[in-house]
Amino acid sequence: MSKSIRNALIGATLVGAGFTGHAQAETTLNALFMAQAAYSEADVRAMTDAFAKANPDIKVNLEFVPYEGLHDKTVLAQGSGGGYDVVLFDVIWPAEYAANNVLLDVTDRITDEINQGVLPGAWTTVEYDGKRYGVPWILDTKYLSYNKEILEKAGIKEPPKTWDELAEQAKAIKDKGLLENPIAWSWSQAEAAICDYTTLVSAYGGKFLDSGKPAFASGGGLDALNYMVTSYTSGLTNPNSKEFLEEDVRKVFQNGEAAFALNWTYMYNLANDPKESKVAGKVGVVPAPGVEGKSEVSAVNGSMGLGITTTSKHPEEAWKYIVHMTSQETQNAYAKLSLPIWASSYEDPDVTKGQEELIAAAKRGLAAMYPRPTTPKYQELSAALQQAIQEALLGQASAEDALKSAAENSGL
Amino acid sequence: MTGTWISTRAWLLMLPLLVVMTAVIGWPLIDTVRLSFTDAKLIGTEGGFVGVDNYARMLTGSNFQRALITTTWFAVISVAAEMVLGVLAALLLNQKFRGRTALRALMILPWALPTVVNATLWRLIYNPEYGALNAGLTQIGILDSYRSWLGEPGTALAALIVADCWKNFPLVALIALAALQAVPRDINAASIVDGAGPFNRFRFVILPYLAGPLLVALVLRTIEAFKVFDIIWVMTRGGPANSTRTLSILVYQEAFSFQRAGSGASLALIVTLLVTILAVAYAALLRKAAGAS
Repeated sequence: MSKSIRNALIGATLVGAGFTGHAQAETTLNALFMAQAAYSEADVRAMTDAFAKANPDIKVNLEFVPYEGLHDKTVLAQGSGGGYDVVLFDVIWPAEYAANNVLLDVTDRITDEINQGVLPGAWTTVEYDGKRYGVPWILDTKYLSYNKEILEKAGIKEPPKTWDELAEQAKAIKDKGLLENPIAWSWSQAEAAICDYTTLVSAYGGKFLDSGKPAFASGGGLDALNYMVTSYTSGLTNPNSKEFLEEDVRKVFQNGEAAFALNWTYMYNLANDPKESKVAGKVGVVPAPGVEGKSEVSAVNGSMGLGITTTSKHPEEAWKYIVHMTSQETQNAYAKLSLPIWASSYEDPDVTKGQEELIAAAKRGLAAMYPRPTTPKYQELSAALQQAIQEALLGQASAEDALKSAAENSGL
Repeated sequence: MTGTWISTRAWLLMLPLLVVMTAVIGWPLIDTVRLSFTDAKLIGTEGGFVGVDNYARMLTGSNFQRALITTTWFAVISVAAEMVLGVLAALLLNQKFRGRTALRALMILPWALPTVVNATLWRLIYNPEYGALNAGLTQIGILDSYRSWLGEPGTALAALIVADCWKNFPLVALIALAALQAVPRDINAASIVDGAGPFNRFRFVILPYLAGPLLVALVLRTIEAFKVFDIIWVMTRGGPANSTRTLSILVYQEAFSFQRAGSGASLALIVTLLVTILAVAYAALLRKAAGAS
């Protein structure tokens, strides 16, 4: 009797020890993503599940935060000794992250195959000072989506090719009484407003910095803000745009309450999905327009990359995970909300099928992507510009004065 | 037992608490003071000693002055409204009527909600495209068209104050309701016999019993309103054009978004000092009130 109990106990201990041993062999990675635009949370989870299946010894914990919290969360975790192994980062952060040693330099890990397969423009997303701090993952810019039905009713045959044409077409729609405010943007006091502004800066041939000093208060930078103010005060722009983020723009556009909307890739397929949208099947997309004599199309580089933190204890496993997430196979399989970083994917019928219009817009838009300034002090510059844009829209200051004080407050 | 022994025992009993308090409050506070005299970054550099530079820069900057004014407005108006609403609600809930118990329980609900939930809720109510407030006001004819409540500097702060009041007046009401239970019925009845109207009864019979507890509520609420962060961060992030950027949001931006731990610490200490001054002033008031009664 007692012997059998003893045996049972020994058996249980051995089984327990077996489990423990197994648990120790397993590596856990913590990854930080965003829950906003581009790949949906469900997409990221599915991609990660595929990785977990192929690598049963690596477990990946996913955490999703709104874009607005991504930077601060990464920096705070790093400041308090780490916590994440893999982080998603925006194109505007590598300078600051490199200066503060947040991300590992992965230049040497990138194989020739990856190096040559990825679109050359995409690499700028992760580069600072000649080094690469990750692999681009979301290749994104803002496109002009339009509601085909409303344009047709207004007698407009072609979507606008210039920003002036956009204003004319919006006015025609407004005058016909089809919509009170035909254009929707994301001009909330947030980075989203800077992305819209940058698109216009690129159209007007403006510059953010000139040899390190602010240069946006005149020339194209000023023209860009003036365009926004005119569009806002003339009522062509939905006045609520100044409290919209990307998701608000999408909701307004999907409800048929906007004829034009500037938004990321992900809106196209969601707005064409009958389960999500009232305007499914009526959505057209073109690159953001240009300015006569200055540009054909305009675009902001809104790409994001995946990097390994310097505090990660498992950089090898983290790199394996990043390679999986950014692989052509993974990206081609989830190409509806975010387009691949791989050049050859744009000729692959599996990727282009059903979204030919988006691919056509992407080919021109992605080639024109204009960067936001590369500086370790980007966050301050951005905060100052956000304030300037809102002050000008609200009529608290002229566009020129607002941009001048932003230049003074930018810390540069 | 001698007095010294009682005193020694008291200190001994408090010792564990004091150790914990020193560890979780004292040390961070001292470290914040040290940081505030350096140009340390949140990550990367430890920073060097810069004297009172941070304080000088913060106090003279237009951002600080503007945020101080915004914070003061927010605190004064929201706390005043919460006190009035709270007392009125307490007087109402002190009456005898059917469903009183249910209503008393329901009143706690807004206060029991996490602030982030409350803020998200109000952001939906204020939504410029499909918000309930816009729908309601246009349907009864007060508004011609939908408005962007959180997108206009004129209404954004007011909208935040309403949301904050809705969340916090139940606390005041709860404290006032408890105090009302202490009002002796015979005095109240006697004043009615003597012909005192409802206002005089409130002023001379009820208010003296409420004053002390209300002062406590006032202290708590003012200090909290002065430190307000989460409700604003969720609803406007300080916008539009920084018209709702309070001191705490400025501290967050300076220390975390811009990573200047040094000047962020100095700003945080300035806010702490302001709150301490308020607390001391209120404590003096409380002592005076206690002495008077």
